[in-house]
Amino acid sequence: MTAQGKWRLWRGGVFLAALAPLLLWGWQVAQNAAGPEPGRYLLLNSGLGGLWMLLLTLSLTPLTRLTRWKGFTLIRRQLGLWTLAYASLHLLSYALFILGLDWAMLGSELVKRPYIIVGLLALIGLVALGATSNRWAMRKLGKRWKPLHKLAYPILGLILLHFFWGVRADLGEWTLYATASALIMATRLPPVARRLPRFRQRLADIR
Amino acid sequence: MLINIAKPSDLRESDVTPESVYLSRRRFMGGMAGLGAGLALSGRAGASADYSDVPSGDAPAWLKEKLEASRRRAIVPDDTEQDAIAPFDDASGYNNFYEFGTGKSDPARRAGDLETQPWSVVIDGEVNNGGRFDLEDLARPSRFEERIYRLRCVEAWSMVIPWLGIPLAEVIKRAEPTGKARFVRFETLVDPEQMPGQRSSFALIDWPYVEGLRLDEAMHPLTLLALGMYGRELPNQNGAPLRLVVPWKYGFKSIKSIVRISLVEEQPVNSWQRIAPEEYGFYANVNPQVDHPRWSQATERRLPNSLFNPNTIDTRMFNGYADEVAELYAGMDLREHF
Repeated sequence: MTAQGKWRLWRGGVFLAALAPLLLWGWQVAQNAAGPEPGRYLLLNSGLGGLWMLLLTLSLTPLTRLTRWKGFTLIRRQLGLWTLAYASLHLLSYALFILGLDWAMLGSELVKRPYIIVGLLALIGLVALGATSNRWAMRKLGKRWKPLHKLAYPILGLILLHFFWGVRADLGEWTLYATASALIMATRLPPVARRLPRFRQRLADIR
Repeated sequence: MLINIAKPSDLRESDVTPESVYLSRRRFMGGMAGLGAGLALSGRAGASADYSDVPSGDAPAWLKEKLEASRRRAIVPDDTEQDAIAPFDDASGYNNFYEFGTGKSDPARRAGDLETQPWSVVIDGEVNNGGRFDLEDLARPSRFEERIYRLRCVEAWSMVIPWLGIPLAEVIKRAEPTGKARFVRFETLVDPEQMPGQRSSFALIDWPYVEGLRLDEAMHPLTLLALGMYGRELPNQNGAPLRLVVPWKYGFKSIKSIVRISLVEEQPVNSWQRIAPEEYGFYANVNPQVDHPRWSQATERRLPNSLFNPNTIDTRMFNGYADEVAELYAGMDLREHF
């Protein structure tokens, strides 16, 4: 197999893996195996799925530094777009299955539940990143592209706030995600980032 | 002693939803959990009195006997179309019981091994006849009743569930409260070995879970101590072997797996009020006019619902039991005492 074919296969595999949860949830709902409130099931799962996708996306840069493997860089845009896709499904689930498209209720909900506004801000940010993820936008934005896409960091913060605000009685699960986020962000601190390639070298020496 | 009062919510046997009506509202297939399992379980509990499709548990003989001798359909809802009984799988597979985790399916997944036999309940405080009672001794003197109640969760969803149990008033009377008793305080079992939620270091609840009622609320004929549902004993995840059901209050007031009932002078601080006093009050009466600070209480999603029909209905004052209980709160500002 050519190198190009190998990368295509890798990207295709990642695509299918990222798609799989959606197919699974859809199938569960179709089989009435998603509990008595299937809309809420999709709402919660798509939201958590979006957070997973963002954390995976943000892991790719440190992983590349650590391993120098090109494959991680090749799926960065794809995973970023999956984050947007899951987040969009999360909003869609809310509008369709929770609100039932009752827009009058939306008004009162937004006032009552400020965390919805926080989530919406995060989604708007993701849309901006998605819309500028193509080559044309990258060329057009030039040097400004990179700082723009660092918006992913505050977006992660907004998502964690959105999640935190909804917790009723146990912060255990939230704490896991917040810790993972903190670790991933810590790899971007200059002293840590500098050491990642060196750490790889040391591993190679041991071997 | 049997308290029998005719109330608007008391209907006759003939008013029970015909099974065909009930079934037409419902999906037929579905599983509690797992992928393949969903298909294996066909058939749901109908509105027939025998609940032949509900899996039988392993209740001790005395409890089985009491459950079978229950007065069936002692209280049923007036709108049997909207208030159709939720399928057993939903009522037992989707609920909150934070002692077993915060997910809605955690209790069903993790409560299976809870040891409920033997079980004893301490009755203490301002009573002349207190002590530690074996569950059987506590429940045996009363005739069991089946009551079909709406259960409104503070999270704005609701289900209709057929409980089996005894009026709390009868248990309290037998304990002979002293003149000082003004409130009733309840406690859930604390056993981190059996209850994984109590092992979480991030839990905001200070175990044991505590609930409370004013004495007149506790003595109200609608207030039930449930030992069963759907014709059988309570599944562990629903608060076996003994739980409270107060149908005009938010679900969290209906404390599960009770080990202690205390008659007290001072108003108890219930667990949710302790965590977030601005969100949860002592009374927690269902009230569409008083919102939770983080969401509206004007409507509720009646479960089970389906994807494109959230089944949102208007929430009723006192969960539709205003005729029976409103007088308890005459003259009170329910905005202040939420």
